[in-house]
Amino acid sequence: MRPGDRIFKNLSTGAGIFVVALIALIGIFLLVQAIPALGANEVNFLTSRIWETGDPTHLRFGILDLLLVTIYTSLVALIIAMPISLGIALFLTQYAPRRLARPFAYVVDLLAAVPSIIFGLWGILVLAPKMAPVSQWLNETLGFIPIFGTGNVFPNYSGTIFTAGVVLAVMLLPIITSLSREVFERTPTAHIEGALALGATRWEVIRTTVLPFGKAGYVGASMLGLGRALGETIALAVILYIPRGHFFDWSVFDGGATFASQIAANYAEFNNPTSAGAYIAAGLVLFVLTFAVNFAARTIIGERKAD
Amino acid sequence: MTSTLSETERLASPPAFQQVSAGRKAKNALATVLVWLSFLIAVAPLVWVLYTVIANGIKRIPYTNWWSQDFGSVLSDEVGGGVLHAIIGTLEQGLMCAVISVPLGLLVAIYLVEYGRDTRLAKVTTFMVDILSGVPSIVAALFIYALWITTFGLPRSGFAVSLALVLLMIPVVVRSAEEMLRIVPDDLREASYALGVPKWKTIMKIVLPTAMSGIISGVMMALARVMGETAPLLVLVGYSAYVNWDLFGDNQASLPLLMNTERATNSMEPGSVGFDRIWGAALTLVIIIALINLIATVVSRLVAPKKK
Repeated sequence: MRPGDRIFKNLSTGAGIFVVALIALIGIFLLVQAIPALGANEVNFLTSRIWETGDPTHLRFGILDLLLVTIYTSLVALIIAMPISLGIALFLTQYAPRRLARPFAYVVDLLAAVPSIIFGLWGILVLAPKMAPVSQWLNETLGFIPIFGTGNVFPNYSGTIFTAGVVLAVMLLPIITSLSREVFERTPTAHIEGALALGATRWEVIRTTVLPFGKAGYVGASMLGLGRALGETIALAVILYIPRGHFFDWSVFDGGATFASQIAANYAEFNNPTSAGAYIAAGLVLFVLTFAVNFAARTIIGERKAD
Repeated sequence: MTSTLSETERLASPPAFQQVSAGRKAKNALATVLVWLSFLIAVAPLVWVLYTVIANGIKRIPYTNWWSQDFGSVLSDEVGGGVLHAIIGTLEQGLMCAVISVPLGLLVAIYLVEYGRDTRLAKVTTFMVDILSGVPSIVAALFIYALWITTFGLPRSGFAVSLALVLLMIPVVVRSAEEMLRIVPDDLREASYALGVPKWKTIMKIVLPTAMSGIISGVMMALARVMGETAPLLVLVGYSAYVNWDLFGDNQASLPLLMNTERATNSMEPGSVGFDRIWGAALTLVIIIALINLIATVVSRLVAPKKK
């Protein structure tokens, strides 16, 4: 092998190894930085709902409330985004006029180009006031269901999990749509034509060929969306109101903080290393969580591709 | 049309054909409506967000001092001043991030396509790149904080932000570059080898230039994306209302950080100074992102391989 070749090959292989090592490094560094704070923690890290890190000599922090709010907000977003994304993906692959399918897809992708802080500001300053009547109505008519019960920030503030979930859903649309679209596009033409030949309507064609074929891809895409939702930071930090002394209680009209938004909202406490350690510990849990979700999503998508 | 069918055509149509039942027709119509509706639902917030940004942001943009001054000399509730300091920070941090992540990402893509094809390491690398693209930006920020600030003891700075953005930009660069390198026909590589050109020279002189136009647009999209990131800014650099060209020390503003700072410190009443500043900065950011995308399109057209 010529020297130029050897150098070039080693360089590019090294870059590949570096990326692999990067993931491990993230985990290791976060863990090492989190240990001192975890040692100084005066309450149980996993089961406590208290988050008081202002006084470095008396650290009291637990992630239970953060975990619940993070997962709940993401699920609310996913429940809204999943059917709509499915509809858009079907629209783009099966319904949109062929010449317009590409520009339409581009328009949906544009949603992904909007910076998340703009979504956050739009959500709290523009969308939230418009959503107040909707929340009011849900609370009045369906309030007997705990989910729509009067939460800890409703009705005084609009920074609820409901508002956050709706904005987050908009942010998830392009992610779930683009991957589902890719999968649906690959439905074998023979299947579609076969169904058509049997006299199926367009919806029946979709139900009997496109959906079964693309199901795994759609589920994988939705999980990628979930991973994104779990980690979304600034939009949620801007929207979600953190009520003092009230914990999350399963109402969509609750406020609260997710892992990411809690860290972003309290960046001022990063001036002392012990308090920072508490947030790094929370970040580590978020990292593990998103890693697991992305890992599962990629495995589902990868399996399907291997067929 | 059916009424004008001639006798022969009517005979030619299959006699056993039955009309689609009303129930099936209704279901089909309902599905069609729902599918169209979901597309419109996705377009509505996009239009709404863009309208909000433009309608509220347009107030300050047309004045020259918006583009040529900072907020250092004006009070937080005083009309006037501009976002030059934030534009400088956004561009500096973004460019520094690109300087690091583009070569790295390109090398990874070259490894995956040219050297590692189907090896186990290549599969692991591809998987890890995918995982990296799912790492939340706040986690990337915490990692750089733990590495750069706690472990190395270096100050919070614009450069630390660039490092965190590198983590977010690498997977995007790798994926788009990989895709572009893969569609370079093997005939080109083989023709080059047949002439005795070494592999690395083939990659540098044949493969990369062929894929260049696609790679450039991928890089620009990634750059536009990281420029809008906010989370790393909160943890890794402080806001300054003054112009600061120094990427390696002191506080430095950027457009997203400016928006977040104004939100936290100023009144958000519609029409107030803080409100106008936020949407002005948002519009400025959107304009910069749109410009970068435009440049990407033009440049990638210019370097695209000539078609006969």
